[in-house]
Amino acid sequence: MHAIAAHLPAVRRGEEAYRDLRRQRRVRTALGLALLLAGLLAAGWMSEFHPATLLAGLPRIGEYFGRILPTLRWDALFSGVETEGSLAFWFYRLDTWALLLLQTAQMAALATLSGAAVALLLAFPAARNIAPNAWAHQITRRGLEATRTIPEIVYALIFVWAFGVGPLAGILAIAIHTAGALGKLFSEVIENTEMQAWDGLRASGANWAQACRYAVLPQVAPNLVSYALLRFEINVRGASVIGFVGAGGIGQELYQVIAFNYYEEISAIVLLIVLTVMLIDLVSERLRHRLIDTAGER
Amino acid sequence: MLQLENLSRRFGATAAVQDVSLTIPAGQMVGVIGRSGAGKSTLLRMINRLTEPSSGRILHDGADVTALRGQALRDWRTRCGMIFQQFNLVQRLDVLTNVLVGRLNHHPGLLGTLTTLFKHFPAEERAMALAALDRFDLADQALQRADTLSGGQQQRVAIARVLMQEPRLILADEPVASLDPRNSRTVMEALRDVNRRDGITVLCNLHHLEIARDYCDRIIAMQAGRVMFDGPPAGLTAAKLREIYGVSEAEFDEQSLMEPARRPAHGPETSQAAAFTA
Repeated sequence: MHAIAAHLPAVRRGEEAYRDLRRQRRVRTALGLALLLAGLLAAGWMSEFHPATLLAGLPRIGEYFGRILPTLRWDALFSGVETEGSLAFWFYRLDTWALLLLQTAQMAALATLSGAAVALLLAFPAARNIAPNAWAHQITRRGLEATRTIPEIVYALIFVWAFGVGPLAGILAIAIHTAGALGKLFSEVIENTEMQAWDGLRASGANWAQACRYAVLPQVAPNLVSYALLRFEINVRGASVIGFVGAGGIGQELYQVIAFNYYEEISAIVLLIVLTVMLIDLVSERLRHRLIDTAGER
Repeated sequence: MLQLENLSRRFGATAAVQDVSLTIPAGQMVGVIGRSGAGKSTLLRMINRLTEPSSGRILHDGADVTALRGQALRDWRTRCGMIFQQFNLVQRLDVLTNVLVGRLNHHPGLLGTLTTLFKHFPAEERAMALAALDRFDLADQALQRADTLSGGQQQRVAIARVLMQEPRLILADEPVASLDPRNSRTVMEALRDVNRRDGITVLCNLHHLEIARDYCDRIIAMQAGRVMFDGPPAGLTAAKLREIYGVSEAEFDEQSLMEPARRPAHGPETSQAAAFTA
Protein backbone atom coordinates (compact mmCIF):
# COMPACT_ATOMS: atom_id res chain seq x y z
CA MET A 1 0.00 0.00 0.00
CA HIS A 2 2.69 2.49 1.05
CA ALA A 3 5.01 1.42 -1.68
CA ILE A 4 2.30 1.99 -4.26
CA ALA A 5 1.23 5.34 -2.82
CA ALA A 6 4.80 6.65 -2.79
CA HIS A 7 4.95 6.43 -6.58
CA LEU A 8 1.82 8.45 -7.20
CA PRO A 9 2.78 11.85 -8.59
CA ALA A 10 0.34 13.63 -6.24
CA VAL A 11 1.92 11.95 -3.25
CA ARG A 12 5.44 12.74 -4.43
CA ARG A 13 4.61 16.35 -5.08
CA GLY A 14 2.81 16.66 -1.75
CA GLU A 15 5.71 15.06 0.12
CA GLU A 16 8.21 17.36 -1.54
CA ALA A 17 6.16 20.43 -0.78
CA TYR A 18 5.77 19.27 2.81
CA ARG A 19 9.53 18.81 3.21
CA ASP A 20 10.23 22.19 1.66
CA LEU A 21 7.81 23.83 4.04
CA ARG A 22 9.34 22.05 7.02
CA ARG A 23 12.83 23.10 5.99
CA GLN A 24 11.71 26.69 5.61
CA ARG A 25 10.07 26.64 9.04
CA ARG A 26 13.17 25.19 10.66
CA VAL A 27 15.39 27.85 9.14
CA ARG A 28 12.99 30.53 10.29
CA THR A 29 12.83 29.13 13.83
CA ALA A 30 16.63 28.90 14.06
CA LEU A 31 16.97 32.45 12.79
CA GLY A 32 14.40 33.68 15.29
CA LEU A 33 16.15 31.95 18.17
CA ALA A 34 19.53 33.41 17.14
CA LEU A 35 18.02 36.89 17.02
CA LEU A 36 16.42 36.39 20.41
CA LEU A 37 19.71 35.26 21.92
CA ALA A 38 21.57 38.22 20.44
CA GLY A 39 18.88 40.54 21.79
CA LEU A 40 19.12 39.00 25.25
CA LEU A 41 22.91 39.34 25.32
CA ALA A 42 22.71 42.96 24.19
CA ALA A 43 20.07 43.70 26.81
CA GLY A 44 22.14 42.05 29.53
CA TRP A 45 25.23 43.99 28.52
CA MET A 46 23.42 47.33 28.36
CA SER A 47 21.57 46.88 31.63
CA GLU A 48 24.82 45.86 33.38
CA PHE A 49 23.54 42.43 34.23
CA HIS A 50 26.95 40.94 35.01
CA PRO A 51 27.04 37.39 36.33
CA ALA A 52 30.05 38.32 38.49
CA THR A 53 28.13 41.05 40.31
CA LEU A 54 25.23 38.68 40.71
CA LEU A 55 27.40 36.02 42.33
CA ALA A 56 29.11 38.53 44.61
CA GLY A 57 25.81 40.00 45.75
CA LEU A 58 23.89 36.79 46.38
CA PRO A 59 25.28 36.11 49.87
CA ARG A 60 24.35 39.64 50.92
CA ILE A 61 20.68 38.90 50.24
CA GLY A 62 20.93 36.10 52.77
CA GLU A 63 22.65 38.47 55.15
CA TYR A 64 19.77 40.96 54.85
CA PHE A 65 17.25 38.26 55.55
CA GLY A 66 19.29 37.24 58.57
CA ARG A 67 19.02 40.75 59.88
CA ILE A 68 15.31 41.32 59.36
CA LEU A 69 14.28 37.94 60.72
CA PRO A 70 13.11 38.16 64.29
CA THR A 71 14.83 36.28 67.13
CA LEU A 72 12.08 33.96 68.29
CA ARG A 73 12.45 31.76 71.33
CA TRP A 74 10.56 28.51 71.44
CA ASP A 75 9.78 28.65 75.14
CA ALA A 76 8.44 32.21 74.90
CA LEU A 77 6.72 31.91 71.52
CA PHE A 78 3.19 32.50 72.75
CA SER A 79 3.99 34.84 75.62
CA GLY A 80 2.72 38.41 75.85
CA VAL A 81 3.88 41.56 74.13
CA GLU A 82 6.38 42.29 76.88
CA THR A 83 8.42 39.12 76.44
CA GLU A 84 11.27 39.34 73.97
CA GLY A 85 11.26 36.42 71.48
CA SER A 86 7.50 35.93 71.41
CA LEU A 87 5.25 36.26 68.34
CA ALA A 88 3.33 39.03 70.05
CA PHE A 89 6.58 40.93 70.58
CA TRP A 90 7.43 40.56 66.90
CA PHE A 91 3.98 41.80 65.79
CA TYR A 92 3.63 44.32 68.61
CA ARG A 93 1.87 46.82 66.34
CA LEU A 94 -0.46 44.31 64.69
CA ASP A 95 -3.57 46.42 65.32
CA THR A 96 -2.14 49.44 63.49
CA TRP A 97 -0.80 47.30 60.67
CA ALA A 98 -4.06 45.42 60.25
CA LEU A 99 -5.88 48.73 59.93
CA LEU A 100 -3.33 49.94 57.40
CA LEU A 101 -3.67 46.71 55.43
CA LEU A 102 -7.43 47.17 55.38
CA GLN A 103 -6.90 50.71 54.16
CA THR A 104 -4.58 49.39 51.45
CA ALA A 105 -7.15 46.83 50.27
CA GLN A 106 -9.84 49.50 50.27
CA MET A 107 -7.65 51.83 48.26
CA ALA A 108 -7.18 49.06 45.73
CA ALA A 109 -10.90 48.25 45.65
CA LEU A 110 -11.99 51.86 45.20
CA ALA A 111 -9.32 52.53 42.59
CA THR A 112 -10.22 49.38 40.67
CA LEU A 113 -13.94 50.16 40.76
CA SER A 114 -13.61 53.74 39.59
CA GLY A 115 -10.91 52.87 37.07
CA ALA A 116 -13.01 50.03 35.66
CA ALA A 117 -16.05 52.31 35.38
CA VAL A 118 -14.09 54.83 33.31
CA ALA A 119 -12.53 52.00 31.29
CA LEU A 120 -15.97 50.56 30.55
CA LEU A 121 -17.22 53.88 29.19
CA LEU A 122 -14.15 54.46 27.04
CA ALA A 123 -13.74 50.88 25.81
CA PHE A 124 -16.75 51.03 23.48
CA PRO A 125 -15.60 54.00 21.39
CA ALA A 126 -12.06 52.59 21.57
CA ALA A 127 -13.08 49.26 20.00
CA ARG A 128 -12.40 49.35 16.28
CA ASN A 129 -15.37 47.21 15.23
CA ILE A 130 -18.05 49.38 16.81
CA ALA A 131 -16.46 52.84 17.15
CA PRO A 132 -19.02 55.46 16.08
CA ASN A 133 -16.40 57.26 13.97
CA ALA A 134 -12.66 57.33 13.37
CA TRP A 135 -12.19 60.41 15.55
CA ALA A 136 -13.78 58.93 18.66
CA HIS A 137 -11.77 55.77 18.10
CA GLN A 138 -8.42 57.53 17.78
CA ILE A 139 -8.99 59.95 20.65
CA THR A 140 -10.08 57.30 23.17
CA ARG A 141 -7.34 54.91 22.03
CA ARG A 142 -4.61 57.51 22.42
CA GLY A 143 -6.10 58.76 25.69
CA LEU A 144 -6.11 55.28 27.18
CA GLU A 145 -2.53 54.78 25.99
CA ALA A 146 -1.41 58.01 27.63
CA THR A 147 -2.93 57.12 31.01
CA ARG A 148 -1.51 53.62 30.81
CA THR A 149 2.08 54.42 29.89
CA ILE A 150 2.72 56.75 32.83
CA PRO A 151 3.56 54.61 35.90
CA GLU A 152 1.32 54.80 38.95
CA ILE A 153 4.16 56.09 41.09
CA VAL A 154 4.52 59.19 38.92
CA TYR A 155 0.81 59.98 39.24
CA ALA A 156 1.11 59.35 42.98
CA LEU A 157 3.94 61.88 43.30
CA ILE A 158 1.88 64.50 41.46
CA PHE A 159 -1.24 63.86 43.54
CA VAL A 160 0.64 63.82 46.85
CA TRP A 161 1.98 67.22 45.87
CA ALA A 162 -1.51 68.41 44.97
CA PHE A 163 -3.74 66.81 47.62
CA GLY A 164 -1.22 66.17 50.37
CA VAL A 165 0.04 62.95 51.96
CA GLY A 166 -2.65 60.28 52.32
CA PRO A 167 -4.67 57.54 50.61
CA LEU A 168 -6.61 59.90 48.27
CA ALA A 169 -3.48 60.49 46.20
CA GLY A 170 -2.87 56.74 46.01
CA ILE A 171 -6.43 55.94 45.01
CA LEU A 172 -6.41 58.52 42.22
CA ALA A 173 -3.04 57.38 40.94
CA ILE A 174 -4.02 53.72 40.79
CA ALA A 175 -7.47 54.52 39.36
CA ILE A 176 -6.03 56.46 36.42
CA HIS A 177 -3.53 53.77 35.58
CA THR A 178 -6.26 51.12 35.96
CA ALA A 179 -8.58 53.01 33.60
CA GLY A 180 -5.87 52.98 30.95
CA ALA A 181 -4.87 49.37 31.41
CA LEU A 182 -8.40 47.97 31.66
CA GLY A 183 -9.71 50.23 28.89
CA LYS A 184 -7.31 48.61 26.45
CA LEU A 185 -8.15 45.08 27.61
CA PHE A 186 -11.89 45.81 27.56
CA SER A 187 -11.78 47.25 24.05
CA GLU A 188 -9.88 44.21 22.83
CA VAL A 189 -12.51 41.91 24.33
CA ILE A 190 -15.18 43.99 22.57
CA GLU A 191 -13.31 43.72 19.27
CA ASN A 192 -13.55 39.93 19.52
CA THR A 193 -17.34 39.81 19.89
CA GLU A 194 -19.70 38.32 17.34
CA MET A 195 -21.28 41.08 15.28
CA GLN A 196 -24.55 39.31 14.49
CA ALA A 197 -26.40 40.62 17.53
CA TRP A 198 -25.01 44.08 16.73
CA ASP A 199 -26.49 43.91 13.22
CA GLY A 200 -29.77 42.75 14.70
CA LEU A 201 -29.89 45.72 17.08
CA ARG A 202 -28.83 48.30 14.51
CA ALA A 203 -31.32 46.93 12.00
CA SER A 204 -34.13 47.41 14.51
CA GLY A 205 -33.33 51.11 14.89
CA ALA A 206 -31.43 50.99 18.18
CA ASN A 207 -28.93 53.81 18.62
CA TRP A 208 -25.23 53.32 19.23
CA ALA A 209 -25.41 53.31 23.03
CA GLN A 210 -28.35 50.93 23.05
CA ALA A 211 -26.60 48.54 20.68
CA CYS A 212 -23.51 48.62 22.93
CA ARG A 213 -25.65 47.86 25.96
CA TYR A 214 -27.71 45.05 24.46
CA ALA A 215 -25.62 43.48 21.72
CA VAL A 216 -22.10 43.80 23.16
CA LEU A 217 -22.27 44.10 26.94
CA PRO A 218 -24.03 40.77 27.63
CA GLN A 219 -21.44 38.99 25.49
CA VAL A 220 -18.41 40.57 27.14
CA ALA A 221 -19.58 41.13 30.74
CA PRO A 222 -18.09 37.92 32.23
CA ASN A 223 -14.75 38.65 30.61
CA LEU A 224 -14.75 42.26 31.75
CA VAL A 225 -15.54 41.36 35.36
CA SER A 226 -12.83 38.74 35.28
CA TYR A 227 -10.27 41.26 34.01
CA ALA A 228 -11.39 43.80 36.63
CA LEU A 229 -10.88 41.27 39.42
CA LEU A 230 -7.47 40.38 38.04
CA ARG A 231 -6.66 44.07 38.02
CA PHE A 232 -7.85 44.27 41.64
CA GLU A 233 -5.29 41.63 42.58
CA ILE A 234 -2.59 43.62 40.83
CA ASN A 235 -3.78 46.85 42.45
CA VAL A 236 -3.56 45.39 45.96
CA ARG A 237 0.12 44.82 45.32
CA GLY A 238 0.43 48.27 43.76
CA ALA A 239 -1.36 49.91 46.68
CA SER A 240 1.03 48.34 49.16
CA VAL A 241 4.08 50.01 47.63
CA ILE A 242 2.53 53.29 46.48
CA GLY A 243 2.71 54.47 50.09
CA PHE A 244 6.48 54.81 49.60
CA VAL A 245 5.84 58.23 48.10
CA GLY A 246 3.35 59.14 50.81
CA ALA A 247 0.19 58.02 49.06
CA GLY A 248 -1.29 56.10 51.99
CA GLY A 249 -1.70 52.49 52.95
CA ILE A 250 0.74 50.01 54.47
CA GLY A 251 3.50 51.17 52.12
CA GLN A 252 3.94 54.40 54.04
CA GLU A 253 4.60 52.43 57.24
CA LEU A 254 6.89 49.98 55.42
CA TYR A 255 8.91 52.84 53.98
CA GLN A 256 9.38 54.31 57.44
CA VAL A 257 10.57 51.11 59.10
CA ILE A 258 12.94 50.49 56.20
CA ALA A 259 14.27 54.05 56.46
CA PHE A 260 14.82 53.70 60.21
CA ASN A 261 16.25 50.18 59.88
CA TYR A 262 13.70 48.62 62.25
CA TYR A 263 14.70 45.22 60.94
CA GLU A 264 12.20 43.02 62.76
CA GLU A 265 9.31 45.25 61.83
CA ILE A 266 10.27 45.08 58.15
CA SER A 267 9.90 41.30 58.17
CA ALA A 268 6.63 41.49 60.13
CA ILE A 269 5.06 43.93 57.68
CA VAL A 270 6.33 42.14 54.58
CA LEU A 271 4.96 38.87 55.93
CA LEU A 272 1.58 40.51 56.57
CA ILE A 273 1.48 41.97 53.06
CA VAL A 274 2.33 38.62 51.50
CA LEU A 275 -0.39 36.88 53.52
CA THR A 276 -3.01 39.52 52.67
CA VAL A 277 -2.21 39.52 48.96
CA MET A 278 -2.32 35.72 48.89
CA LEU A 279 -5.68 35.70 50.65
CA ILE A 280 -7.17 38.30 48.31
CA ASP A 281 -5.77 36.49 45.26
CA LEU A 282 -7.34 33.26 46.44
CA VAL A 283 -10.78 34.75 47.06
CA SER A 284 -10.71 36.80 43.85
CA GLU A 285 -9.72 33.78 41.79
CA ARG A 286 -12.64 31.78 43.19
CA LEU A 287 -14.95 34.69 42.44
CA ARG A 288 -13.66 35.02 38.89
CA HIS A 289 -14.29 31.38 38.07
CA ARG A 290 -17.80 31.62 39.50
CA LEU A 291 -18.54 34.81 37.57
CA ILE A 292 -17.43 33.38 34.25
CA ASP A 293 -20.18 30.79 34.59
CA THR A 294 -23.03 33.06 35.66
CA ALA A 295 -22.47 36.72 34.76
CA GLY A 296 -23.78 38.37 31.63
CA GLU A 297 -27.34 37.18 31.83
CA ARG A 298 -28.57 40.47 33.21
CA MET B 1 -45.38 51.26 -1.17
CA LEU B 2 -41.68 50.58 -1.55
CA GLN B 3 -39.92 51.75 -4.68
CA LEU B 4 -36.38 50.94 -5.73
CA GLU B 5 -34.99 53.07 -8.54
CA ASN B 6 -31.89 51.87 -10.39
CA LEU B 7 -30.37 50.59 -7.18
CA SER B 8 -26.76 49.40 -7.52
CA ARG B 9 -24.00 48.35 -5.20
CA ARG B 10 -20.43 47.57 -6.13
CA PHE B 11 -17.83 45.95 -3.91
CA GLY B 12 -14.55 46.88 -5.54
CA ALA B 13 -14.69 45.63 -9.10
CA THR B 14 -17.65 43.31 -8.61
CA ALA B 15 -21.18 44.58 -8.89
CA ALA B 16 -23.29 42.82 -6.25
CA VAL B 17 -26.51 44.52 -7.32
CA GLN B 18 -26.97 46.23 -10.68
CA ASP B 19 -29.71 48.63 -11.70
CA VAL B 20 -32.52 47.07 -9.76
CA SER B 21 -35.85 48.88 -10.10
CA LEU B 22 -38.85 47.47 -8.30
CA THR B 23 -42.21 48.64 -7.02
CA ILE B 24 -43.65 46.71 -4.12
CA PRO B 25 -47.17 47.69 -3.03
CA ALA B 26 -48.01 47.59 0.67
CA GLY B 27 -49.15 44.23 2.01
CA GLN B 28 -47.47 42.03 -0.56
CA MET B 29 -45.44 38.94 0.30
CA VAL B 30 -42.52 38.85 -2.08
CA GLY B 31 -39.93 36.11 -2.44
CA VAL B 32 -36.52 36.97 -3.86
CA ILE B 33 -34.79 33.89 -5.22
CA GLY B 34 -31.36 33.30 -6.63
CA ARG B 35 -28.16 31.49 -5.81
CA SER B 36 -25.75 32.80 -3.27
CA GLY B 37 -23.84 35.61 -4.85
CA ALA B 38 -26.87 36.71 -6.87
CA GLY B 39 -27.14 39.89 -4.78
CA LYS B 40 -30.26 39.06 -2.76
CA SER B 41 -28.66 39.75 0.59
CA THR B 42 -27.04 42.99 -0.52
CA LEU B 43 -30.37 44.13 -1.95
CA LEU B 44 -32.19 43.58 1.35
CA ARG B 45 -29.41 45.08 3.44
CA MET B 46 -29.47 48.17 1.25
CA ILE B 47 -33.18 48.67 1.83
CA ASN B 48 -32.56 48.64 5.60
CA ARG B 49 -29.39 50.72 4.98
CA LEU B 50 -27.10 48.25 6.74
CA THR B 51 -25.28 48.37 3.41
CA GLU B 52 -25.04 51.70 1.58
CA PRO B 53 -26.11 51.77 -2.07
CA SER B 54 -23.48 52.89 -4.59
CA SER B 55 -26.16 54.55 -6.68
CA GLY B 56 -29.93 54.64 -7.10
CA ARG B 57 -32.76 55.57 -4.78
CA ILE B 58 -35.02 53.86 -2.26
CA LEU B 59 -38.44 55.44 -1.69
CA HIS B 60 -41.03 54.45 0.85
CA ASP B 61 -44.49 55.98 0.45
CA GLY B 62 -42.88 58.61 -1.71
CA ALA B 63 -40.27 59.59 0.87
CA ASP B 64 -36.63 59.14 -0.06
CA VAL B 65 -34.88 56.97 2.54
CA THR B 66 -31.58 56.62 0.66
CA ALA B 67 -29.81 59.50 2.40
CA LEU B 68 -31.35 59.43 5.87
CA ARG B 69 -29.02 59.90 8.82
CA GLY B 70 -29.17 59.84 12.61
CA GLN B 71 -32.60 59.66 14.21
CA ALA B 72 -34.39 59.66 10.84
CA LEU B 73 -32.36 56.64 9.73
CA ARG B 74 -33.11 54.82 12.98
CA ASP B 75 -36.81 55.59 12.53
CA TRP B 76 -36.68 54.11 9.04
CA ARG B 77 -34.93 51.00 10.31
CA THR B 78 -37.62 50.62 12.95
CA ARG B 79 -40.28 50.84 10.25
CA CYS B 80 -38.62 48.15 8.15
CA GLY B 81 -37.74 45.27 10.44
CA MET B 82 -35.10 42.76 9.51
CA ILE B 83 -34.86 38.99 10.00
CA PHE B 84 -31.48 37.29 9.54
CA GLN B 85 -30.32 33.85 8.52
CA GLN B 86 -28.43 33.46 11.82
CA PHE B 87 -31.35 34.95 13.83
CA ASN B 88 -28.99 37.60 15.31
CA LEU B 89 -30.40 37.37 18.80
CA VAL B 90 -28.34 38.28 21.85
CA GLN B 91 -27.47 34.76 22.93
CA ARG B 92 -26.74 35.48 26.57
CA LEU B 93 -29.92 37.49 27.18
CA ASP B 94 -33.29 36.00 28.02
CA VAL B 95 -35.92 35.67 25.32
CA LEU B 96 -38.18 38.40 26.72
CA THR B 97 -35.40 40.98 26.67
CA ASN B 98 -34.48 39.92 23.15
CA VAL B 99 -38.03 40.74 22.10
CA LEU B 100 -38.18 44.00 24.10
CA VAL B 101 -35.09 45.17 22.26
CA GLY B 102 -37.41 45.81 19.32
CA ARG B 103 -38.87 48.73 21.30
CA LEU B 104 -35.59 50.56 21.86
CA ASN B 105 -36.18 53.21 19.22
CA HIS B 106 -39.65 53.88 20.63
CA HIS B 107 -37.84 55.56 23.55
CA PRO B 108 -36.14 58.42 21.75
CA GLY B 109 -34.01 61.18 23.18
CA LEU B 110 -31.44 61.18 25.93
CA LEU B 111 -33.90 60.29 28.67
CA GLY B 112 -35.34 57.43 26.63
CA THR B 113 -31.88 56.08 25.91
CA LEU B 114 -30.91 56.31 29.58
CA THR B 115 -33.98 54.43 30.81
CA THR B 116 -33.51 51.69 28.24
CA LEU B 117 -29.81 51.40 29.11
CA PHE B 118 -30.92 50.38 32.59
CA LYS B 119 -33.24 47.84 31.05
CA HIS B 120 -36.32 49.69 32.14
CA PHE B 121 -39.29 48.91 29.91
CA PRO B 122 -42.87 49.87 30.79
CA ALA B 123 -45.28 47.11 31.79
CA GLU B 124 -47.35 47.64 28.61
CA GLU B 125 -44.33 46.81 26.48
CA ARG B 126 -43.62 43.69 28.51
CA ALA B 127 -47.24 42.65 27.99
CA MET B 128 -46.88 43.39 24.28
CA ALA B 129 -43.72 41.27 24.13
CA LEU B 130 -45.30 38.37 25.97
CA ALA B 131 -48.33 38.53 23.66
CA ALA B 132 -46.02 38.48 20.62
CA LEU B 133 -44.19 35.47 22.03
CA ASP B 134 -47.47 33.75 22.84
CA ARG B 135 -48.57 34.22 19.25
CA PHE B 136 -45.69 31.97 18.20
CA ASP B 137 -46.11 29.53 21.12
CA LEU B 138 -43.04 30.80 22.95
CA ALA B 139 -44.53 32.50 26.02
CA ASP B 140 -43.33 29.70 28.29
CA GLN B 141 -39.74 30.21 27.15
CA ALA B 142 -39.80 33.96 27.87
CA LEU B 143 -37.30 33.83 30.72
CA GLN B 144 -34.93 31.30 29.20
CA ARG B 145 -31.68 32.38 27.67
CA ALA B 146 -31.91 32.71 23.88
CA ASP B 147 -29.13 30.18 23.34
CA THR B 148 -31.20 27.44 24.97
CA LEU B 149 -33.75 27.56 22.14
CA SER B 150 -33.71 25.61 18.89
CA GLY B 151 -33.04 27.38 15.60
CA GLY B 152 -36.70 27.45 14.66
CA GLN B 153 -37.66 28.89 18.02
CA GLN B 154 -34.92 31.51 17.82
CA GLN B 155 -36.13 32.64 14.42
CA ARG B 156 -39.66 33.02 15.76
CA VAL B 157 -38.26 35.07 18.66
CA ALA B 158 -36.61 37.24 16.01
CA ILE B 159 -39.99 37.67 14.30
CA ALA B 160 -41.56 38.62 17.64
CA ARG B 161 -38.78 41.19 18.08
CA VAL B 162 -39.50 42.67 14.67
CA LEU B 163 -43.21 42.88 15.48
CA MET B 164 -42.35 44.96 18.56
CA GLN B 165 -40.97 47.58 16.20
CA GLU B 166 -44.48 47.90 14.70
CA PRO B 167 -42.96 47.84 11.22
CA ARG B 168 -44.59 48.57 7.89
CA LEU B 169 -42.24 46.23 6.11
CA ILE B 170 -40.24 43.13 7.06
CA LEU B 171 -37.05 42.19 5.25
CA ALA B 172 -36.18 38.54 5.81
CA ASP B 173 -32.68 37.60 4.67
CA GLU B 174 -32.63 33.82 4.17
CA PRO B 175 -34.83 33.25 7.23
CA VAL B 176 -34.95 29.48 6.82
CA ALA B 177 -31.57 28.67 5.31
CA SER B 178 -30.20 27.44 8.65
CA LEU B 179 -33.29 25.42 9.55
CA ASP B 180 -34.52 21.90 8.89
CA PRO B 181 -37.60 21.46 6.65
CA ARG B 182 -40.12 21.24 9.51
CA ASN B 183 -38.81 24.36 11.25
CA SER B 184 -38.60 26.11 7.89
CA ARG B 185 -42.34 25.60 7.51
CA THR B 186 -43.21 26.97 10.95
CA VAL B 187 -41.06 30.05 10.39
CA MET B 188 -42.50 30.66 6.90
CA GLU B 189 -46.00 30.22 8.31
CA ALA B 190 -45.21 32.77 11.00
CA LEU B 191 -44.05 35.22 8.34
CA ARG B 192 -47.15 34.59 6.23
CA ASP B 193 -49.34 35.07 9.30
CA VAL B 194 -47.67 38.41 9.99
CA ASN B 195 -48.21 39.37 6.36
CA ARG B 196 -51.88 38.35 6.22
CA ARG B 197 -53.10 39.34 9.66
CA ASP B 198 -51.06 42.48 10.29
CA GLY B 199 -50.89 43.57 6.69
CA ILE B 200 -47.13 44.03 6.85
CA THR B 201 -45.23 43.85 3.57
CA VAL B 202 -42.76 40.96 3.62
CA LEU B 203 -39.72 40.81 1.39
CA CYS B 204 -38.08 37.45 1.80
CA ASN B 205 -34.83 36.07 0.37
CA LEU B 206 -35.05 32.38 -0.35
CA HIS B 207 -32.94 29.96 -2.27
CA HIS B 208 -35.56 27.24 -2.31
CA LEU B 209 -38.05 27.63 -5.12
CA GLU B 210 -40.67 25.39 -3.59
CA ILE B 211 -40.88 27.49 -0.43
CA ALA B 212 -41.06 30.68 -2.45
CA ARG B 213 -43.91 29.22 -4.54
CA ASP B 214 -45.83 28.03 -1.49
CA TYR B 215 -45.70 31.24 0.51
CA CYS B 216 -45.20 34.22 -1.77
CA ASP B 217 -47.64 36.21 -3.94
CA ARG B 218 -44.84 37.36 -6.15
CA ILE B 219 -41.42 36.07 -7.03
CA ILE B 220 -38.38 38.06 -8.06
CA ALA B 221 -35.57 35.99 -9.52
CA MET B 222 -32.06 37.44 -9.42
CA GLN B 223 -28.93 36.40 -11.20
CA ALA B 224 -25.57 38.19 -11.05
CA GLY B 225 -27.06 41.25 -9.40
CA ARG B 226 -29.87 41.75 -11.88
CA VAL B 227 -33.59 41.04 -11.72
CA MET B 228 -34.30 38.39 -14.37
CA PHE B 229 -37.91 37.63 -13.53
CA ASP B 230 -40.62 39.46 -11.65
CA GLY B 231 -44.12 38.07 -11.49
CA PRO B 232 -46.54 35.64 -9.89
CA PRO B 233 -45.19 32.18 -8.93
CA ALA B 234 -47.14 30.58 -11.77
CA GLY B 235 -45.20 32.68 -14.25
CA LEU B 236 -41.89 31.16 -13.23
CA THR B 237 -42.23 28.11 -15.45
CA ALA B 238 -39.66 25.42 -15.98
CA ALA B 239 -38.78 26.98 -19.31
CA LYS B 240 -38.33 30.41 -17.73
CA LEU B 241 -36.16 28.94 -14.99
CA ARG B 242 -33.98 27.16 -17.52
CA GLU B 243 -33.69 30.38 -19.46
CA ILE B 244 -32.42 32.28 -16.41
CA TYR B 245 -30.30 29.72 -14.61
CA GLY B 246 -29.80 27.05 -17.25
CA VAL B 247 -31.09 24.30 -14.98
CA SER B 248 -34.32 22.57 -14.03
CA GLU B 249 -36.09 23.32 -10.76
CA ALA B 250 -34.86 20.10 -9.13
CA GLU B 251 -31.29 20.97 -10.09
CA PHE B 252 -31.75 24.55 -8.86
CA ASP B 253 -32.89 23.38 -5.42
CA GLU B 254 -30.17 20.75 -5.29
CA GLN B 255 -27.49 23.32 -6.04
CA SER B 256 -28.93 25.57 -3.37
CA LEU B 257 -28.55 22.79 -0.85
CA MET B 258 -24.89 22.42 -1.65
CA GLU B 259 -24.23 26.08 -1.06
CA PRO B 260 -22.73 26.95 2.27
CA ALA B 261 -25.44 27.96 4.70
CA ARG B 262 -23.16 30.32 6.61
CA ARG B 263 -21.97 33.53 5.17
CA PRO B 264 -20.07 36.35 6.85
CA ALA B 265 -22.41 38.91 8.38
CA HIS B 266 -20.56 41.74 6.68
CA GLY B 267 -19.32 42.42 3.23
CA PRO B 268 -20.38 41.17 -0.12
CA GLU B 269 -21.69 37.79 -0.96
CA THR B 270 -18.83 36.02 -2.61
CA SER B 271 -19.56 35.12 -6.16
CA GLN B 272 -19.89 31.41 -6.43
CA ALA B 273 -21.58 31.33 -9.78
CA ALA B 274 -18.39 30.00 -11.32
CA ALA B 275 -18.58 26.88 -9.20
CA PHE B 276 -21.86 25.92 -10.80
CA THR B 277 -20.90 26.20 -14.43
CA ALA B 278 -18.92 22.99 -14.09
